[in-house]
Amino acid sequence: MELHVQTLTELKAGLDRGDFSSVELTQAMQARIAQHGESLNAFITIMDDAALAAAQLADEKRAAGDGGVLNGLPIVHKDIFCTRDVLTTCGSRMLENFISPYDASVVERLSDAGAVVLGKSNMDEFAMGSSNETSYFGPVKNPWDLDRSPGGSSGGSAAAVAARLAPAATGTDTGGSIRQPAALTNTVGIKPTYGRVSRYGMIAFASSLDQAGVITRSAADAALLLGVMAGFDERDSTSVDHPVPDYVAGLEASLKGLRVGIVRQHFDSGLDHATGEAVREALQVLQAQGATLTEVDLPNLDYCVPTYYVVAPAECSSNMSRFDGVRFGRRADNPEDLLDLYSRSRGEGFGEEVKRRIMTGTYVLSAGYYDAYYLQAQKVRQLISDDFRKAFESVDVIAGPTTPTPAFKLGDKTDDPITMYLNDIYTIGANLAGLPAISAPCGMVQGLPVGLHLVGPHWAEESLLRTVHQYQSQTDWHRACPEAFR
Amino acid sequence: MNSAWEVVIGLEIHTQLATKSKIFSGASTAYGAEPNTQACLVDLGYPGVLPVLNEEVVRMATLFGLAVGGTVASRSIFARKNYFYPDLPKGYQISQFELPIVVGGEMYITDADGNEKRIGITRAHLEEDAGKSIHEGLDRSSGIDLNRAGTPLLEIVSEPDLRSAKEAVSYLRKIHTLVRYLEISDGNMQEGSFRCDANVSVRPLGQEELGTRAELKNLNSFRFIEKAINFEVDRQIELIEDGGKVVLETRLYDSDKNETRSMRSKEEANDYRYFPDPDLLPVEITADYVEAVRATMPELPDVKRQRFVDDYGLKTDDASILTGSRALADYFESAAGAGTSAAQAIANWVIGDLTGALNKDGLDIDHSRVSAADLAGLVARISDDTISGKIAKDVFEAMWAGEGTADDIIESRGLRQITDSSAIEAVVDKVIADNPGQVAEYRGGKDKLIGFFVGQVMKDTQGKANPGQVNKMLKDKLSS
Amino acid sequence: MYHCVRVRQRAQLQGPNSGISAVSLDKDQVQHIAMLARLRLADEEITQTVDKLSRIVDFVDQLSAAPTANVVPMAHPLNQTQRLRADRVTEANVRDAVQKNAPAVSEGLYIVPKVLD
Repeated sequence: MELHVQTLTELKAGLDRGDFSSVELTQAMQARIAQHGESLNAFITIMDDAALAAAQLADEKRAAGDGGVLNGLPIVHKDIFCTRDVLTTCGSRMLENFISPYDASVVERLSDAGAVVLGKSNMDEFAMGSSNETSYFGPVKNPWDLDRSPGGSSGGSAAAVAARLAPAATGTDTGGSIRQPAALTNTVGIKPTYGRVSRYGMIAFASSLDQAGVITRSAADAALLLGVMAGFDERDSTSVDHPVPDYVAGLEASLKGLRVGIVRQHFDSGLDHATGEAVREALQVLQAQGATLTEVDLPNLDYCVPTYYVVAPAECSSNMSRFDGVRFGRRADNPEDLLDLYSRSRGEGFGEEVKRRIMTGTYVLSAGYYDAYYLQAQKVRQLISDDFRKAFESVDVIAGPTTPTPAFKLGDKTDDPITMYLNDIYTIGANLAGLPAISAPCGMVQGLPVGLHLVGPHWAEESLLRTVHQYQSQTDWHRACPEAFR
Repeated sequence: MNSAWEVVIGLEIHTQLATKSKIFSGASTAYGAEPNTQACLVDLGYPGVLPVLNEEVVRMATLFGLAVGGTVASRSIFARKNYFYPDLPKGYQISQFELPIVVGGEMYITDADGNEKRIGITRAHLEEDAGKSIHEGLDRSSGIDLNRAGTPLLEIVSEPDLRSAKEAVSYLRKIHTLVRYLEISDGNMQEGSFRCDANVSVRPLGQEELGTRAELKNLNSFRFIEKAINFEVDRQIELIEDGGKVVLETRLYDSDKNETRSMRSKEEANDYRYFPDPDLLPVEITADYVEAVRATMPELPDVKRQRFVDDYGLKTDDASILTGSRALADYFESAAGAGTSAAQAIANWVIGDLTGALNKDGLDIDHSRVSAADLAGLVARISDDTISGKIAKDVFEAMWAGEGTADDIIESRGLRQITDSSAIEAVVDKVIADNPGQVAEYRGGKDKLIGFFVGQVMKDTQGKANPGQVNKMLKDKLSS
Repeated sequence: MYHCVRVRQRAQLQGPNSGISAVSLDKDQVQHIAMLARLRLADEEITQTVDKLSRIVDFVDQLSAAPTANVVPMAHPLNQTQRLRADRVTEANVRDAVQKNAPAVSEGLYIVPKVLD
């Protein structure tokens, strides 16, 4: 089997057996990127020399009997993770020349385990968007249809993995930014429990919602990577000191007795019919494997999206204030005075969506509005979290569609912000409640992939990965590849 | 002051907590480093970095809260105060807003009539300091040094209970002494580790409603604070009496011109958009922790002062001065030993000659050139009549210069007082015999001439004759 | 007492469940917000922004109907409390490394247009 067709797990076995070297593997991926990268616009930075050097080192370690669990395996980092001495743009003009002086925790952990970084992937600017159309570096194309969006904000990571330019990529998820692109590109995307993976070095969008995760082609691959990324980091006060189980070992248990909850409102008129059907079929597969289906209620579901669009912009408006042209990042030429320095550097550096969210956030926090918006939203968030907690008293996992429709055409939704925001309707609840959630390929609708979405209680990553792994042992959706990229 | 008006003052004190590292990062807080050499990525507000709370600041704030009789919050929250300024790297300051770490408290001062007055403390909260702007040597630019960014501050807010500049300074001094006693701050005003803003307003005597206040900034010495407040009070009264209105604004004190002036328009009223910092979690303080901190509380200044009055029989004023710092108080106690006999004398020496010598050489009590034990030794030699008080001053100088203990110097310089009556008598007789003219004048009524005779005896004995005995003997012999 | 002024400012608007009527923003408000956020908006951008922001605000207004009486606002999804770190100096001088890529630096200082007090 050609190298680019193999999953991360298969590649790891191949390296261990000595079927090929890390250098060969890296070169193969680099050739793929050279061939296809531009058509997808999936990358912002390609790290050819550094990758080869890392691959070389990995081979030497392997020969010496050393090397971590990911020794020599190539991955891609979403350009939101700080990488030392490497351009880190966050998809923005504001940071188009920013060389990070340090590595993010996620980057450190994966590199320490031996991973080879192929490059930094394109993304919605500062992670704000669901279509990867807000990037300063141009939109990313969906490998399944180059006229369509791969989703966002981790669009570049999803496209790279879906087109087999890399076996795996890191992403971040604040309202669905890993899971939604995974669903639209036929890949697996997991967002862990809030506090599971360190946010140190992950450029902040909405601090209480952001989480790092991965996009891969199988649950087994995700389990392998998550095991390395997860864990307490003292540099992040929101990081939780909770033991990290062996996710790979946990994959092989049966689904017998798994109680799956279905939210009735999820399958109402907002959901594309064919997408709904694909998801229902997936649920039947789970049933056949021993799972039971029950209806659950999330009474405050309708408030999820408006709650998110108060909390996230509010936190982001403050997080973005450090970009002022003084110490790093874009600085306007010849500023007349301080006000000019700030407003022009930021006016030029930020794109429209980012500015819009900053202003929304500034508004909801401003004098006279805090109680009605931000404070209220944080209370509603507690309500939503309580809803999930109640639901999980009777079920182990809540299942539904990841997105209301398959991939939409580029340019389709950019006019009306609200239409774009409603894309996140199934995924947002997990971020608000800090719950782990995963999307897995579960069907095709007119040649476009759709995803099955699973949410679990806190720390249920193991259960989610197992459920998808078992599902993938009975289905083939995750093996499909767009014709142009086989 | 015009007695138709009442002055209302509230003080906001920012004291830098004396930790080794910053409140949210592991960079050093040491003063005086080269620009930006103590600003790490967290202090610089780089993308992706996060704050982690220093345990020492929690301990110090708790200790302060207990010392002023406030309540230490079992749960307090850090909030972001959002505004743009070059010395504020993140574009927000991490501070505390709705749930500060200390709520309530009090400090007692002595008012103008000598009565004890209670000044309420509204709250004390933790926050990070900003960096510094430097203007000298730069034409149309400013240079930003972020070494100070992230240094922990405790902001102490008083109730508007102060009624004069003097009361304000009195309160300020009390807090200043307290934070140094607790060893939570070095209180160095020149280095900026103890800063004060004053909210000043006036109202017609008897009116309950507060007048509009002005916030005075840039007050960096006790003297300037007093002058600035007095200037501002006069300014406001004059303004109102001329038919004007006091504007709610921030004013800077100019110490050269002794005036306050309005700060350049600080934009539309600051909308800080406070909200709980999502990168930090609620700080939980248990009752056990509070008690553990309480157990480490040193004897507080007011308690120590009272004890000095009660146990050593000192005057309140002297006790106040001696308890101005823990180091000075400890020095005094070490020298005075147990009991009251030498206490007042030691007190006088510490407050007088010792303090004078320290000031002259720019030293603090910890670097005194005369130890407490040695000072005690000197005072003992006065009280046992070995030397006179006057000679003791010379001995002290010699001790300060490093010549040894009191005994060493008395010995080497032969300064023992002459107390032998026959020896003194011999000199007295000689002086009387040698000065018949003055004797006659004295006997004729010029009592003041006793000084002359004493002087002559002292001259003859190189000052070593016991003055008391000399005086008595001369009087006896001259009047017979 | 002086701090209460700021708290009162915030509470000026009616309480959360009073159902604030749909507020569309006007140009002045948008310009004020842009100023608070130090964002220069081109003239063409302003009208668009007024429209889009108004739509967003109208959309999130639905929150006022949520049943939040007696609900405590969420601080952390897992109700965790703040960890404390030891008071130790752990960071070295990084000035040269970071100022290498800074926009305007002179003698170790970050240079900005004159800051007026």
